[in-house]
Amino acid sequence: MTLIIQTGSIQRRLALQLSIVAGILSFTLFMLIQVVAERAAMDTQDNILKASAASIADALYTENGIVRLELPYSALSMLGTISQDRVFYRVLFKGETLTGYDDLPLQNENSLTNKSKFSTFRYKGEEVRSISLKRSIGVNGAFSDAVIIVAQTRLGLNLISQKITRTATAIGVVFFLFGTGLSVWAANIALTPLNRIAIAVSRRGPKDLRPVTGTSPLELKPLVDALNSFILRLKSSLLRSEDFISEAAHRVRTPLATVRTQAEVIHRSLNKSKNKTALREMIRAIDESSRSAGQLLDHAMVNFRADQFEVNTVNLPDLVRDVCERLSPLAGLKDIVINIQSQESDMSFQGDTILLQNALRNILDNAIKYSPDDSEISVNCFRNEKFVISFQDSGRGFSGIDHTDRFTRGTNVSDVIGSGLGLTIANEVAIAHGGSLLINDSKKGVGSCVSLVLPI
Amino acid sequence: MRYLLVEDNIQLAKAVSDRFGLEGHAVDHAVSLSEAKEFMALTTYQLILLDIMLPDGDGRSFLRLHRVNKNKTPVIILTARSEVSDRINLLDLGADDYITKPFDFRELEARCRAVLRRQDGLADNTLQIAGTILDTLEGSLKIGDKVERLRNRELRLIEIFFSSPNKIFSKNHLMDRLFSFSEEVSENAIEVYVGRLRKKLEKSDVRIETIRGLGYRFVVEK
Repeated sequence: MTLIIQTGSIQRRLALQLSIVAGILSFTLFMLIQVVAERAAMDTQDNILKASAASIADALYTENGIVRLELPYSALSMLGTISQDRVFYRVLFKGETLTGYDDLPLQNENSLTNKSKFSTFRYKGEEVRSISLKRSIGVNGAFSDAVIIVAQTRLGLNLISQKITRTATAIGVVFFLFGTGLSVWAANIALTPLNRIAIAVSRRGPKDLRPVTGTSPLELKPLVDALNSFILRLKSSLLRSEDFISEAAHRVRTPLATVRTQAEVIHRSLNKSKNKTALREMIRAIDESSRSAGQLLDHAMVNFRADQFEVNTVNLPDLVRDVCERLSPLAGLKDIVINIQSQESDMSFQGDTILLQNALRNILDNAIKYSPDDSEISVNCFRNEKFVISFQDSGRGFSGIDHTDRFTRGTNVSDVIGSGLGLTIANEVAIAHGGSLLINDSKKGVGSCVSLVLPI
Repeated sequence: MRYLLVEDNIQLAKAVSDRFGLEGHAVDHAVSLSEAKEFMALTTYQLILLDIMLPDGDGRSFLRLHRVNKNKTPVIILTARSEVSDRINLLDLGADDYITKPFDFRELEARCRAVLRRQDGLADNTLQIAGTILDTLEGSLKIGDKVERLRNRELRLIEIFFSSPNKIFSKNHLMDRLFSFSEEVSENAIEVYVGRLRKKLEKSDVRIETIRGLGYRFVVEK
């Protein structure tokens, strides 16, 4: 029945999209923290290196035309405080190593200005950060350049960087989780009005044709308006068909009633048996067409009602008694006695009263029609695994007619008036209630048993 | 008994009145609701036959008013509308029964009888000829101290005889009154019912006489 293929959920999609945004934001945040923090850590190391190199440079002095260096302890200890890093240094004067590791690489001397220059490279199997500082030193009135190189391994920095990465990751993850949570919540909140309308529409019964009311957000207004106008049209269309069926019945039956009555009056005044027989045939034809029209309209009404089921609690024995009482004058005309047997007085069933009544009436009407004079129809209302209402008559039965054919329009036991719709209607009502109509056929003269079986 | 028929279809109303006349009931015919109200102000009826669609209004509103006024006269609705939609509604409004047009007069008569039978404390429904008393609602025949129950057709047949003692009724006439048009019956069928009645009337002072070639008549034994 579903014509709409369900393609995902707006809420899930919205939440997912917001989560992706949260993910991107979290990653950016992570990168930012990482870069900024590492830069800060590196700047710190560079500053210490610079201070160290400067203090070494400050310790250079000339004595008797020779450049000397009293290496200040603090110059290296300030570096050592960071961690277990190793520190290398080299002091050159006029291109010759005064002290320190003489293989500590020297930057291109020309590129060195008076300012310091930082660089990163591998030395003795480890990555080091170094500073080269140029300082002019006057010896015997002539100035020459001394270069101080201080290098430090980056263990400490890497440690800090790892710590920063961990923290940044933690912050990123927390931010992401928080963001995702917010996304789900936001998606939920955003779709609340939609859900509310969806639930309000899906909860209503089939007969509930009131317009959808309550608040609706601007975006849903066209949808709700369309739904309401559709409901309105459906309502008026349903009312029209119900009116039409009633009106059609009225229009067909009123003139038939006049014709029949006139025919009956004439029939009474006739004396010739030949004319009487002819008129009798005519009245029978009128009865047949009236009955057919009635059943066709009933059939239309049953189909119409079965589409928009109205469920209420029906006490089956009461309903059976009502229907039997209603038809007993008709049965009395043929001296037929209707016997009702009900196993228990309380058998509540959820169904459409009018449809069930119509089904029972049609079955009983049928039974009366096919029963001989002075006979008996037993109506049994009981419960075994299901609710069963059976009508046992002593008519001629349905022999010779396929049972499934009994339920289609127009099949009939020959030479009996009727459109054969009675049991079709009963069968449709049974199916609409999730039950079935059973016919236990008879041998000739024993009668047949029609049962309406309804689920409990 | 006196019935009120509210029906705007003149031919139908006339035919119904004639038929009830044959059964010995008086029928007043109103063509509209306002006329019906005037009739009801003048006299009391045992039964009202009410059409649903009338020129000056809906029979249902009349019915509602009828019940609000606590009027106990039973009402049978004559309707040409679809039964499925109207049926519950009508009985809820206080109709005692309804019949769908076009109807077999015998069915209408049977329904009237059933409705009247349910009604308590009605005026006398008995007919008496000599020492034999017929209760038309109960469907019983009282002969001396003995009460005989009558079946539907037996009752309808004896009612015909009771309405006009000494009158000769042809077999054809009796058959028309007793059997519906949908039934295929031979003339002999009437003999079966006459036979049954004779048996039940054995101890009484009335009997059904066969007039060869003409029919039957009801006579009081001298």
